[in-house]
Amino acid sequence: MASRTYAYFPGCTLRSHAHEYERQALAAGQALGIDLVELPEWNCCGATFPLNAENVMDLIAPARVLIAGGKAGGDLVTLCAVCFHVLRRTANFLQTHPFALERLNAFVEEGPYDGQLRPRHLLEVVRDDLGWAEIRQRVTQPQAGVRLAAYYGCMLLRPGPEIGLDDPEQPSVLENLIEAVGAQATSFSHSSECCGSYLAATQPGAVERASSRVVEAARAGGAAAVITACPLCKYNLEQAQRGQPEESRLPVAYFTQLLTIAFGVDAPESAPWIVGAPA
Amino acid sequence: MSEARPSALVIGAGIAGIQAALDIANSGYRAVLVESEPSIGGHMAQLSETFPTLDCSQCILTPRTVEVGHHANIDLRTYSLVEDIRRSKDGSAFQVRIRRKAAYVDWSKCTGCGACQEKCPFKVESDFERGVGVRKVIYTLSPQAVPNKPVIDAEHCRYLISKHEIESGTVAALTKSGKPAEPKCGACAKFCPTEAIDWDQKDTYEELEVGAIVLATGFDLMSPAQLGEYGGGQLPDVVDGLAFERLLAASGPTAGRVLRPSDGQEPRNVVFIQCCGSRDPARGQPHCSKICCMYTAKQAILYKHHVHGGEATVFYIDVRAAGKGYEEFLQRAQVQEQVNYIRGKVSRVYAENGHLVVKGADTLGHRSVDVIADMVVLAMAVQPRPETRRLAEMLDLAIDDSGFLCGLDEELAPIETLQSGVFLAGTVQGPRDIPESVAQGSAAAGKVIQRLRQQGGEAAA
Repeated sequence: MASRTYAYFPGCTLRSHAHEYERQALAAGQALGIDLVELPEWNCCGATFPLNAENVMDLIAPARVLIAGGKAGGDLVTLCAVCFHVLRRTANFLQTHPFALERLNAFVEEGPYDGQLRPRHLLEVVRDDLGWAEIRQRVTQPQAGVRLAAYYGCMLLRPGPEIGLDDPEQPSVLENLIEAVGAQATSFSHSSECCGSYLAATQPGAVERASSRVVEAARAGGAAAVITACPLCKYNLEQAQRGQPEESRLPVAYFTQLLTIAFGVDAPESAPWIVGAPA
Repeated sequence: MSEARPSALVIGAGIAGIQAALDIANSGYRAVLVESEPSIGGHMAQLSETFPTLDCSQCILTPRTVEVGHHANIDLRTYSLVEDIRRSKDGSAFQVRIRRKAAYVDWSKCTGCGACQEKCPFKVESDFERGVGVRKVIYTLSPQAVPNKPVIDAEHCRYLISKHEIESGTVAALTKSGKPAEPKCGACAKFCPTEAIDWDQKDTYEELEVGAIVLATGFDLMSPAQLGEYGGGQLPDVVDGLAFERLLAASGPTAGRVLRPSDGQEPRNVVFIQCCGSRDPARGQPHCSKICCMYTAKQAILYKHHVHGGEATVFYIDVRAAGKGYEEFLQRAQVQEQVNYIRGKVSRVYAENGHLVVKGADTLGHRSVDVIADMVVLAMAVQPRPETRRLAEMLDLAIDDSGFLCGLDEELAPIETLQSGVFLAGTVQGPRDIPESVAQGSAAAGKVIQRLRQQGGEAAA
């Protein structure tokens, strides 16, 4: 299989509490001939896209990542939905606001940034560069009969015209991936509702309510697990269930785990949707 | 058709085009009325009642359609499209090419008895019923259709499909027993008492000269599928305003009983959402669709009349009831009929436990609200029909940002266009209600008559 090489930006979360996401992504990538080459030097993406974009200082952190990506050549790929969101919106903003780009370039020593990079999410690479037929071919452990809820949250989809990863109201990339590995995507009313996001830091009660509704909706659809691409979503959905006995919690897994298990990279018994899956 | 008598072309036989054609014809000039559907009446034929009088729409429309059907000065061309229009060298007239689609029924033989529709074994989803009802493959739009002659939907007709397969060689020309293969079905032809089914009918073309043109091609509703956040196109009990009209209409698929599409149950709670795609430059159209405030109030009232004890809730941005008797009608909905009005937009509609959850904002109460509903009705944006753009290109007319045609001067010459002799009537120019469309149809007819008279053509006595 021809190997495809991409520059890769991990971001802080993947080096703190989402180690597994990165391990799975690299392993699944290897099975698919996707070579993710980590940027030689990188910093935090900034973690939020500033709503007051007038102040270009707030864009320096993500711009530095974009500059490093540009130097690495080729496409820059991320895993964390928040990093992806911040980087893509920053790239869009700088591409369409030449004056801001000029001011920014006056600040950053690593530059200048040419404003042309379009950072991508691994899901896009899998869907657009490989395609579902290729995924299906690689599957050695089809997940037949497993019912999974595709959960997008907000960061991966909105604002729709800027992010452009999928239809923000009726997305399909995760459902297609679930079906490509032989599992079944459940009907899930809250697939693109917010989990509460950063309010985890300031209003945990609001997050608990929002995330509980998402979990309940996934359960109502008969899902054995929730599939996500976002470490923050995973954290919030799990936190919302921490008061429940472990065996009754709905597992939350990264889409990459679906790939490593379906490709036979990880042991089938490590799948959270088999353990504790409702009949 | 008397060639010497000056005539006008009216494109579109909704209420605006019907009014224009009748006024032209009643002045003694000839009107050629072209309609793409098999019968005339446009959207008005789909409505249950009209606002603010709650007249039965079909009942007040039928005298007009029948008059058109019988009028000596109207040449009706239904199931037909205007293919080309060219102005004559001296600029005074237009050469028009009309294509009449193959109906596979010889209308000169057909008596309109309806036996074919009764015997046709195949049903398909009906555009006229907006997805909440079906029709046969050989069909008229309604029992009151003018002309009351059916057409065969070639795309779904078993006979025509198998006939094509045999002729194109995808099916063997001989059966296993060695006989020539024959197309399947043909029930309509077997039962037609006048042998009117004509399987070999082709599209036919007609060239004619007219002195003036009225464009009255009307509107479509934006598709609910474009609003995925409301479950449009996904949740069967989320329907658009025209579909709800069909559920209210005595002539509709449920014979006037309001039954939700998913399970045929009577909805006890209906939520109406206004401005779906209208006044929404980001997701739909920038313009106000104008008719929705009133028809939503009407539908909520009619729903409460049909389903006693039912709850109707309307989400609105603001209510625009500027028209004679309109504000009073709205007051009636709110006070007398006790329809709940909530000022605010809806963010999401989703299914949960056999109901729909409508998540909205109550901006007067400063709170977010979840309304549990059995059915949701979306007042989708009024937008121009696709063929309007084609006609605008053909005639070199101006269109606005939403795709509606522009008057020569939107304030002082709204009926005229950049092209002399071409006039506008009804919703082809922008959202309008029935009285306005009728008034504009008459206004366009007035301009046509003026032009034909200036050209020196004599009207018939």
